[in-house]
Amino acid sequence: MRESIIMKIHYGTALAAVALVAVHVLMRLTQGFSESLEYDSIIANYKFLPYAGMLEIILILLSIHGFNGLRVILLELKQGRTYEKVVSYGCVAAMIALIVYGSRTIIMVNTGMI
Amino acid sequence: MAQTPSIAEESTSTQFSSQQSITLRIAKYNPEHDSAKKFMEFNVSYEKWTTVLEAILEVKKHFDHSVAVRYSCRQATCGSCGMIINGKPRLACFTKISELNSNVITVEPMNNFPIIRDLAVKFERLFDTHHKVKPYIIRDDTEITTDTKEFLQSPEELEQYIQFSNCIKCGLCNSACPTMATDSSFVGPQALAQAYRYVADSRDKGKDNRLKIIDDSHGIWRCHFAGSCSQVCPKGVDPAMGIQLLRGYMLGFRS
Repeated sequence: MRESIIMKIHYGTALAAVALVAVHVLMRLTQGFSESLEYDSIIANYKFLPYAGMLEIILILLSIHGFNGLRVILLELKQGRTYEKVVSYGCVAAMIALIVYGSRTIIMVNTGMI
Repeated sequence: MAQTPSIAEESTSTQFSSQQSITLRIAKYNPEHDSAKKFMEFNVSYEKWTTVLEAILEVKKHFDHSVAVRYSCRQATCGSCGMIINGKPRLACFTKISELNSNVITVEPMNNFPIIRDLAVKFERLFDTHHKVKPYIIRDDTEITTDTKEFLQSPEELEQYIQFSNCIKCGLCNSACPTMATDSSFVGPQALAQAYRYVADSRDKGKDNRLKIIDDSHGIWRCHFAGSCSQVCPKGVDPAMGIQLLRGYMLGFRS
């Protein structure tokens, strides 16, 4: 993929994440901080599909943005054909693993496994 | 037979009549023999118009002719005498001692360039990246094959790039760039500014080709906009602005 396309995705995910995280923070402000972290409150959030969907989107946006940022930092630290391939594929793999792990929690709650 | 004077014997037109003097610290380093850079100190007289290059040449003439320094035009045109002067990349011929406001002047070779010896550095990487961005007008037609003898431009079209055509390839911007210090494959502010110079030229038809060249993992996107390249440019080229304008093309804000 061309670097300009990757960077457009990078900037786009940052802007979208800022908007959605703001919504997320505002939603949390509707209750007290400790109350919002209670077990039942969190389970209720995950069971409310529109909100769970938003959390899922935030997870995807931040994973893409964060791991691409990490890739850029690592590419600037050291150069070399093999190293750069390992860094690029490694970051994509870590990004997918984090999204899968985060999505698993939402799926488990909604399928009654928790 | 007339003998050509050696560099050490070359005479300068400056006559030092003032009592003012500074301590000139010159970095001495030969990568073939030395493990680390060391500084030699010299007491040099100066007038208010004396440049750092003239002071270095005085040292070469009277104290140590082995000091390695590259210079040519002495008027900020050839871009040969770039070096770190009191911690900042500058042209030695364009920096007056009196404007530094210091009794001690330290001169070192430019950062981010391999050292040949003392103050002289290798320019291969700079010239390679400069060539990489195709720094010339690309067209299918030429003035030889058409009736038109000139490619006319309006003053507004000229304004788009004229500032960037002042680059003298001195390498000060690359020396000041923090990304150049860590990323050995980074194309660098000098080449990116030149890429913009030709992309913005209304006569040029090689925009897509040029944008493709700088659109890689060590290309334009690795600039963090520190702006130090523009701070040190002796010709007011402002490579940082060129890079941001070039990004406008890549993001679709400019065409």
